[in-house]
Amino acid sequence: MSPLLSSAEADALRLSLEVATRSVVFSLPLAVLAAWVLTRARFPGRTLFDAFVHLPLVLPPVAVGYVLLLLLGTRGPLGGWLHAHFGIQLPFTTAGAALATAVMTFPLMVRAIRLSLENVDRGLEAAARTLGAAPLDRFVTITLPLMLPGILAGAVTAFAAGLGEFGAVITFAANIPGVTRTLPLALYTAMQSPDGDALALRLAILSFALGLGGLLAAELLVRRVRRLLGR
Amino acid sequence: MLQVSLTKRRGAFTLSAAFAAPTPGVIALFGRSGSGKTTLIEMLAGLLPPDEGAVQLAGTTLTDTRRGIAVAPERRRIGYVFQDARLFPHMTVAGNLHYGEKRAAAAPHYIRFGEMVELLGIGALLGRRPHQLSGGERQRVALGRALLSQPQLLLLDEPLASLDVARREEVLPYLERLRDWLSIPMVYVSHQFDEVLRLATYLVLLETGRVLAAGPVGELSLRAELRSVLAPDLVGSVVDGLVTALDAAAGTVELAVGSGKLRVSLRDAPVGTRVRVQLLARDIILATQPIQGLSVRNALLGTVVDVTPDDPASVLVRVDLGGPAVLARISTAALEALRLRPGDAVWALVKAVSTRGHAFRLFGAPAPRA
Repeated sequence: MSPLLSSAEADALRLSLEVATRSVVFSLPLAVLAAWVLTRARFPGRTLFDAFVHLPLVLPPVAVGYVLLLLLGTRGPLGGWLHAHFGIQLPFTTAGAALATAVMTFPLMVRAIRLSLENVDRGLEAAARTLGAAPLDRFVTITLPLMLPGILAGAVTAFAAGLGEFGAVITFAANIPGVTRTLPLALYTAMQSPDGDALALRLAILSFALGLGGLLAAELLVRRVRRLLGR
Repeated sequence: MLQVSLTKRRGAFTLSAAFAAPTPGVIALFGRSGSGKTTLIEMLAGLLPPDEGAVQLAGTTLTDTRRGIAVAPERRRIGYVFQDARLFPHMTVAGNLHYGEKRAAAAPHYIRFGEMVELLGIGALLGRRPHQLSGGERQRVALGRALLSQPQLLLLDEPLASLDVARREEVLPYLERLRDWLSIPMVYVSHQFDEVLRLATYLVLLETGRVLAAGPVGELSLRAELRSVLAPDLVGSVVDGLVTALDAAAGTVELAVGSGKLRVSLRDAPVGTRVRVQLLARDIILATQPIQGLSVRNALLGTVVDVTPDDPASVLVRVDLGGPAVLARISTAALEALRLRPGDAVWALVKAVSTRGHAFRLFGAPAPRA
């Protein structure tokens, strides 16, 4: 074990990183799709869809976790089906914690990606068109690379926020040591125990350092990509 | 042949344009800002759907609203050089150049990468990013990128408009070379008459969304419709001729024009080259008899065709030179003194130095490689 961290602390850190990583990997393609639909597509109900995507920003996280539990619990309509056909169980698992985190950080990601898509010069896409590029080709070779700063910013922000997701995770995936007890859950648990003050402080400092490091890394990365894009 | 007949309404503005121009050659769409030039070529490229109409290039229908034909821009094989270059910022110059070339894999490759790079003088720029280029360099790369997509038609939307005079000279000679070396039809949009003069073979004059006149440049230069959009000092006939002799020391060449010879100020145009010269109406002197003891180098015998009012103090006299014609602006007082009537024989006098900067080589032997 690391001399700096106790095994419980290391577990919490590892879990937080794993949950945040899995949630980003899972939601990134969907966030790009949602951003594209919100920016480029015109269809009835677009405003409703926009509101729906942003809903986790304004809802109490516990409510989101509860709705997920109703939907995806082993007796829920979707969860029951997943369990019966694929043997997939989401509540009280690390995957479930990642899913709850993904739902909570989704609007953050979509906002950043959408902003970068709105800034993509449609003239460049038209130019690619005259050079013989079909729609998917244009998206992959022109639009997507030009959105890269926003996609990276969205991914890193969602990752950093995902490290600290509490309400939805504890509601949907519970607080199981080594499975779903991420940093904030471990911190909360420490605060609840009579002699956990020192541990709570250490975990708080760890969270703080992780968040700050993540945001700084994001900024540097985005700057670098912008330079590569010549802006 | 490029046959165009298109209608597009945009708010209060309606574009309704039709013309049929010979290809290959450079078709200039000339007109003031807001005359509908860009709208027209966006429809040619397929980027903007017309309300009604048809476009045919060399017998192939690209657009026909009645028959429901609208070939997608990516399948038209029409190159487009935009006013703002629109180079892809996330790719190097080489990446930009290869973009269209790769996607034209199925088309017969008649323009090769190395050749184009050499022709445009962009070899040293290949590893750079678009933001590291000057405006002129950017347009040359955009030109190369469009041509390497192996187009059957090249559209150029005021490619020099965003450049200052010095930068324009970084691009114009390359455009002339391309016109003379490649037999790709081009549509060149401009509101600068000097560019049209240097590049165009066929001129389509647009005004508030309508075709005011269309025809070969020489023919149109004599028409009143073109005069109506030009500054009075730019009015003059455009004459093409073959170089028959040259005087390197004097920096002049002698052209066969109609039945006569015309000495113009031009260097580097060997015998046999076709040269275009604009003879400004204000620079032409008319005489009813041969004159001696004058410094004027050119005296061409012709016949008065017609006399049209120009402004209250002057008229434009059109003189046929046995095929080509010139316009001379003379004062109404001089007209009365000479009593010029259609059918009269008259000498048109042109100072060779007055053609300085108004004579250009056309379609001749290839220009020396840079």
